[in-house]
Amino acid sequence: MVIKQHEDSLFVPLHPDKKITDEIQRPSLSVWKDTLLSVLKNKLALVGFFLLAAIVFLALFGPSMVPYSPSSQDLTKTNLAPSSAHWFGTDNLGRDMWARSWYGARVSLIIGIVAAIIDLILGLIVGGVSGYMAGRGKKGDRIDSVLMRIVEVLYGIPYLLIVILLMVIMEPGITAIIIALSITGWVGMARIIRGQVLQLKSQEYVQAAEKMGTSHSKIITKHLLPNTMGIIIVNLTFTIPTAIFAESFLSFLGLGVQAPFASWGTMANDALGVILSGQWWRLFFPGFLISLTMFAFNVFGDGIQDALDPK
Amino acid sequence: MYIFKRILTMILTIWVIVTLTFVMMKFIPGDPFASDADVLPPEVLENMRAQYNLDKPVAVQYVLYLKGLATFDLGPSIQSRTRSVNDIIASGFPPSAILGLQSLVIALFFGLLLGIIAALNHNRIVDYVSMIIAIIGISIPSFILAPLLIKVFSVDLGIFPVATWGTWMHTVLPSLALASMPLAVVARFMRSSMIEVMGANYIRTADAKGLSTVGIVVKHGIRNAILPVVSFIGPLFVSLITGTFVIEKIFAIPGIGRYFVDSIFNRDYPVIMGTTIFFSVILVVTLFLIDISYRLIDPRISLTSKEG
Repeated sequence: MVIKQHEDSLFVPLHPDKKITDEIQRPSLSVWKDTLLSVLKNKLALVGFFLLAAIVFLALFGPSMVPYSPSSQDLTKTNLAPSSAHWFGTDNLGRDMWARSWYGARVSLIIGIVAAIIDLILGLIVGGVSGYMAGRGKKGDRIDSVLMRIVEVLYGIPYLLIVILLMVIMEPGITAIIIALSITGWVGMARIIRGQVLQLKSQEYVQAAEKMGTSHSKIITKHLLPNTMGIIIVNLTFTIPTAIFAESFLSFLGLGVQAPFASWGTMANDALGVILSGQWWRLFFPGFLISLTMFAFNVFGDGIQDALDPK
Repeated sequence: MYIFKRILTMILTIWVIVTLTFVMMKFIPGDPFASDADVLPPEVLENMRAQYNLDKPVAVQYVLYLKGLATFDLGPSIQSRTRSVNDIIASGFPPSAILGLQSLVIALFFGLLLGIIAALNHNRIVDYVSMIIAIIGISIPSFILAPLLIKVFSVDLGIFPVATWGTWMHTVLPSLALASMPLAVVARFMRSSMIEVMGANYIRTADAKGLSTVGIVVKHGIRNAILPVVSFIGPLFVSLITGTFVIEKIFAIPGIGRYFVDSIFNRDYPVIMGTTIFFSVILVVTLFLIDISYRLIDPRISLTSKEG
């Protein structure tokens, strides 16, 4: 009797709002703080970051710094070398290269970022579902293996080859490039995310959460997604430049952005004919800007990768 | 059985590529006979369509094409009426193969060398310089590097011919332009792999036993570090082949890459399909061989286990 009274006094009824008392969560802020500090310490990554910021700034405001539109022709001022009037010179139709270059930057960045985001979303859905369903009964395994067969077959197809073919059947333009790039581009992301999810699922804290009856959506949003973020971000810093490269590659072949729109690839292609006649600025500026953008993304991506993956 | 499953996937992939390419060809806007429509009488056009099976239903065309493929017959070209797609591939293959193999050798040899040197001087000035060279190599697209090389070595210095194909001297600049990006990627890959291996316990043991530094680096370091690089040859091969599209265009080399790009602008369906399938088969088979040989070289990966 005495014991029972004791028990009653110890066990207070649970407040209805605090049902899940043993839920284990921690703020994920500290990881990002850690990453940020580590990136800041990496000088090359910082250089990359500031270069990217400068490129984005000039892509936004560069064309409006000069009184020329990127596509307006002035046949009295063709093939001018860089000067105070035309900072990057003019091309064979008298178009201002500075305005065209930064307009091209806009095109390249938009294509790179949008294509990378679409890749990410598709990869996240397919890779996430596939990894999460694997090992969850017969039905789950079947979903996983069907998705992975699709991914495997697509992975074997040379990506630029299919992109080129797609560019041929679609009306050329920015939208067509983005569609062509994302149809094949998501496969790599899906593989990486599936691998990461599979690995995370076997971790004790995820299994513990599962045993404690945490819902699927909570496991996904609280445990799986935050821990996949690192790999996703590292991958983004490499898929964006890949997409930018693919765009300039296509435009260089004449399959990408069409006139009157400018892109670094089309400008480099236009300059091919005049490389022998000494108009160096025609090739130099678009070529230098593509290379600088790739360089900036690469060193910045490396910095983030080092910070997130201490191995 | 892993190999069996892998071969099945390979055949499936090739079939998907063939079907996809076929379907896409049917969607291409524009008519391959558009330029003839004004000059030729309609009866002749009809006959020409019939010769290329373009008058039959799409399903029949597809079956006919698959039948041809089974006997390695890729059909006639529409643009050049005297040559078949097989002829075009046969004539374009040698320049592309020479270019590709030469670039592969350059990229692997110098890439591995740069990576090893950087790793052995980890966190020293040589390491930083090598890696900055590598990052610059990755950042400059081949279609920018190629005109630069032409400008410097052909126009200004006059060492190499500007373009076209013929002697070995003609192959130098295109091979260098093609190799630069893969070289840089191999160097970075090898560096990180080598750094990891050189920090391993067995290296320390070998060192403690009193083995010579050269012996440790060559026998234990490089041998182990090179394994992950082998798995990278596949993607390397892919980037070399797609690289030939632009390089052969810039240097006016009569290779398959150029025929592929030209056929797209000419709407030459059989050539587009033929070259696409040819490239894909080469790539898929190469990826398969690399995958298998990787598992043979590295006893830690078994051929029977499922993928990790």
